[in-house]
Amino acid sequence: MSLVNLIITLALLIAAAYFWAHSRSLALAKPLGGIRHLHSLPLYYGLRGAIWCGLPALVVLCLWLMFDDPVVQSLVLAGLPADAVPAGPAERSLFLSTVVNVASGALPAADQPAAVVAAAERYNALRGTGQLLVAVITLGVAISGLLWGVRRMSPQLRARQEVERVFRWALLACASIAIFATLGIVVSVLFESLRFFEAVPLTDFLFGLEWSPQTAIRADQVGSSGAFGAVPLFMGTLLISAIALLVAVPVGLMSAIYLGEYAGSRLRNIAKPALEILAGVPTVVYGFFAALSVAPFIRDLGASLGLSVSSESALAAGLVMGVMIIPFVSSLADDVITAVPRSLRDGSLALGATRSETVKKVIIPAALPGIVGGVLLAASRAIGETMIVVMAAGMAAKLTLNPLEAVTTVTVQIVTLLVGDQEFDSPKTLAAFALGLMLFLITLLLNVIALYIVKKYRELYD
Amino acid sequence: MTTAALDSASAAAAPGRHRVTELSELLTQRTTGKPFVDAAKMRTRNVNVYYGEKQAIFDVGLDIGRNQVIAMIGPSGCGKSTFLRALNRMNDTVVGCRVTGEFLLDDEDIYAPKMDPVALRARVGMVFQKPNPFPKSIYDNVAYGAKLHGLASRRIELDEVVEGSLRKAGLWEEVKDRLVQPGTGLSGGQQQRLCIARAIAINPEVILMDEPCSALDPIATARVEELIAELAENYTIAIVTHSMQQAARVSHRTAYFHLGKLIEVNDTQMVFTSPQHELTEAYITGRFG
Amino acid sequence: MTERKASTAEIIRASLKRRYRAERRFRLYGIAAVSFGLLAVLLLLTDIIGKGHGAFRQTYVQLRVHYDPDVLGIASATDPAALALGDYEAVVRQALHQRFGAPVERAERRELSALISNAAGYELQDRLRANPALLGASETLWLLADDDIDAWFKSRGGGAEFTSRMSERKLAWVDSLLEKGEIALRFNLDFFTRGDSREPEQAGIGGAVKGSLLTLAITLLLSFPIGVAAAIYLEEFAPQNRWTDFIEVNINNLAAVPSVIFGLLGLAVFINFFHMPRSAPVLGGVVLALVTLPTVIISSRAAIKSVPPSIREAALGVGASRMQVVLGHVLPLAMPGMLTGAILGMARALGETAPLLMIGMVAFIVDIPHGFTDPATVLPVQIFLWADSPERAFVEKTSGAIMVLLAFLTLMNALAVVLRKRLERRW
Repeated sequence: MSLVNLIITLALLIAAAYFWAHSRSLALAKPLGGIRHLHSLPLYYGLRGAIWCGLPALVVLCLWLMFDDPVVQSLVLAGLPADAVPAGPAERSLFLSTVVNVASGALPAADQPAAVVAAAERYNALRGTGQLLVAVITLGVAISGLLWGVRRMSPQLRARQEVERVFRWALLACASIAIFATLGIVVSVLFESLRFFEAVPLTDFLFGLEWSPQTAIRADQVGSSGAFGAVPLFMGTLLISAIALLVAVPVGLMSAIYLGEYAGSRLRNIAKPALEILAGVPTVVYGFFAALSVAPFIRDLGASLGLSVSSESALAAGLVMGVMIIPFVSSLADDVITAVPRSLRDGSLALGATRSETVKKVIIPAALPGIVGGVLLAASRAIGETMIVVMAAGMAAKLTLNPLEAVTTVTVQIVTLLVGDQEFDSPKTLAAFALGLMLFLITLLLNVIALYIVKKYRELYD
Repeated sequence: MTTAALDSASAAAAPGRHRVTELSELLTQRTTGKPFVDAAKMRTRNVNVYYGEKQAIFDVGLDIGRNQVIAMIGPSGCGKSTFLRALNRMNDTVVGCRVTGEFLLDDEDIYAPKMDPVALRARVGMVFQKPNPFPKSIYDNVAYGAKLHGLASRRIELDEVVEGSLRKAGLWEEVKDRLVQPGTGLSGGQQQRLCIARAIAINPEVILMDEPCSALDPIATARVEELIAELAENYTIAIVTHSMQQAARVSHRTAYFHLGKLIEVNDTQMVFTSPQHELTEAYITGRFG
Repeated sequence: MTERKASTAEIIRASLKRRYRAERRFRLYGIAAVSFGLLAVLLLLTDIIGKGHGAFRQTYVQLRVHYDPDVLGIASATDPAALALGDYEAVVRQALHQRFGAPVERAERRELSALISNAAGYELQDRLRANPALLGASETLWLLADDDIDAWFKSRGGGAEFTSRMSERKLAWVDSLLEKGEIALRFNLDFFTRGDSREPEQAGIGGAVKGSLLTLAITLLLSFPIGVAAAIYLEEFAPQNRWTDFIEVNINNLAAVPSVIFGLLGLAVFINFFHMPRSAPVLGGVVLALVTLPTVIISSRAAIKSVPPSIREAALGVGASRMQVVLGHVLPLAMPGMLTGAILGMARALGETAPLLMIGMVAFIVDIPHGFTDPATVLPVQIFLWADSPERAFVEKTSGAIMVLLAFLTLMNALAVVLRKRLERRW
């Protein structure tokens, strides 16, 4: 029985369970004189029946789906003569994928050694048995769950409470997905990074001044010193982010102040949504804009001034990234500025301060923690931004602070190393995960600090 | 309105001339008592204030006597705070608020186009309902206005201004050892006195107080009331208050507002002992409000 | 005392000029900042539209083609196997030779064939399959021109004519077509229906749009119910304990994790551990669901918070259980807000590129995906791929694809605004 059929059968069974339990509850109520003698409405008895039928069966099915592949594969390997199975883990996984491909018919069986063909046959047989087995077990669990649930039914049964408890747990499970996602990120990045640091020492990675992972793909150069020094990447990220913040913070802050304190409602109603457009434009569009319009413009401008500007300058990428972050900064600034109590503004104006004096001497100092938090969030965003730099910044890791030269960033390297052919054991691929770990830690740190500051700030004026 | 017109209007309110026929006088006649005085620091006539479509103040005329305390009382929403905020153009900062009528500060029209609200507010200071010290040090709070207006250029002058103002506000002894600490760390009553010190640091001619004690406990209230009495020697003070007892304690004259109209103005003693208007009497005897 | 007061007023008056100058300067900074932002919006949009509007029209050349059975090598047009093997390019070549005279040199012959896109052959095949009676007959057709011709034709009359890939001979041929009105721009429906191609004139966004739709369907299906459930739990049921705090912290941090990290998660966990199919919309959908989940949760929580407690108290007061209150009263009232949040989350997912690069959705895929497990790409990734292509004609295609993407996003945002306006309740 195929998976789709199994799921459809299960769904039908669950629906039947609902109706059966529902009518059973009515039958129970009848001799007592109507459903008001039941503890809960028949609806809840029906739902309870469906849950007893479906929930255990679905748990069994999920467990099966998670573990059937490794179980079947290890059975296949165990069934082969010892000399037919390669020794190393990498070779073994290659062997297994060949077997799987032969079994599914993706590779012609004729070209393969006999051991592989035999294994493929055994694999197919095991899978067939497995599918039959899971169908029987799942449906068996479903039916016995239903029978057990219905047998316990009585007019006193607190069906509503039972159903609601299950619902509550389901809600909690959904809420906890955020935790599992974070956990998944940490685990996936951490494990691959640890493997990377086995090949390349942590200190070389953190303090090395040279980054050239492409050359290290050759076996004789694996882990060769200097090839995985991430300092140029950090510098490049820092340079581009700094340019972006230099654009976004003053512009975002000043436009938030101007639109909040000075502009008439007409201008505000036009300008605010117009600036919000910048937040809605996908980053890939900014990347295209930076690479094809801004970068050539800056290069030509530089040439006419007698400066040599790289065609993939950090300036172009940073500038466009800054434009992208403007609405982010401006809406955060708007939030924290409106959180400053009106009484402070009135107090300053009543002393004869002009509006700009009030803004500069009272509102901004009062809102400073919030603004700092906002800038940190913006910085974290700039550091993690990927598409603009992938398209408009360079690939070459150069240790420079000159914004007119091409630099590369952490995110660019993650993408470059992982797009295309991947071998999971080469340090080149693993390096991407190590960079990912660094990126995750840095942005996490920035976010935690920023959110803490902003939270404290809100408490101050609430 | 010219000064001559003002004079005739104030004459109209003089005792014995309650019923007059001129239109401008008809508009003010509804106010019982003595809204106008001879030695006035500020004069207002025919004041109307609107919030968008809604009118909050109806045709109010009132004089504020020099070096006197005038209390404005009345039930919630009667417009007394709105009227007070019109006196230093703080209503300018409220979107949709419109003010008409005459406002004179020493014969200068404060709503004249050439009148600068910034300069005006330096002359007519304000203390608010809730103490609102800036999130700065005590010293910087008091020095704020003086620095802004360039009243003290050197540190030593500034020190003088700060100490003098804090002394006048009766706060010096309590805070002189912690001038660098944030003003927000003081108690409520101290904060309010700090705000008063901040207001007098720029030497205003008039101080407006908008229910300055409503957020304070009784002891702090007593302290601030004492302070108001002391300040009255040198300053003209207009105070809005919710408490009739406070008005009776601190003010020389009392104005009673009701639903945006100025009902009765008189010497404080008169208002509380023999109110002339029915509404005033009803309010002070506690029949509503 | 009076002396001092007068001097105070004077000092203030004297300082005013300087202070108002500072005020004006400050205002000017504000105006400059707002103008800079608005200018950026304007530049971005005009640049994209200026480059991309041409993508919706393509250059076609009119030719008279003769379905000669000998040239095609097909005896019967009803036999599908024979049809597939026919030499349609030869028919196009023959038509060109007829129009311009048979070329003598080999180079000339190659250049002449290069006037017409090699997609024309497939078009002829399709026409013949649809109408077998055409075999042996002739008809006059508009055939897709090559991208070099297209680029030249569109740049014609502008300041910088794009002739770098046009030889003297080609120009002469095209001039003769121009004279007779046998070359023209026509609406490029193929741009919306075709998949990717190495040939710019044949490349379309059909596959990418379909891939985006499939991916977004998965994303919506996962992130909306889960996000709403999580929001309900956190707002209505969560006890004050460490686990709840931990969930909150995780949601806030997840919202700020760079999206490229989610790509690493997809690669390491979903592909390498759960063996999900690479490049498939189902995988992209799952990854994007995680990317958008925090947004959906946060906006759903805001929507639930905006339902006043009086509603809950009223329902609890007549004996409803908490769950009945939530499902029967709070959820329906909060739904418009939640839907708005979900649409905005989907808009974000639609524009997301970086995490998809890592899970193989960046491959060159010609076929239009038909299911959730077919290899596919999505619109923003298609834009990224084309932006990287060296052919000049792809610049136009890229900008055109961006315009389509922005149109989708505008539509979604407008929908969110309308929904909020129409269903928002004021308490």
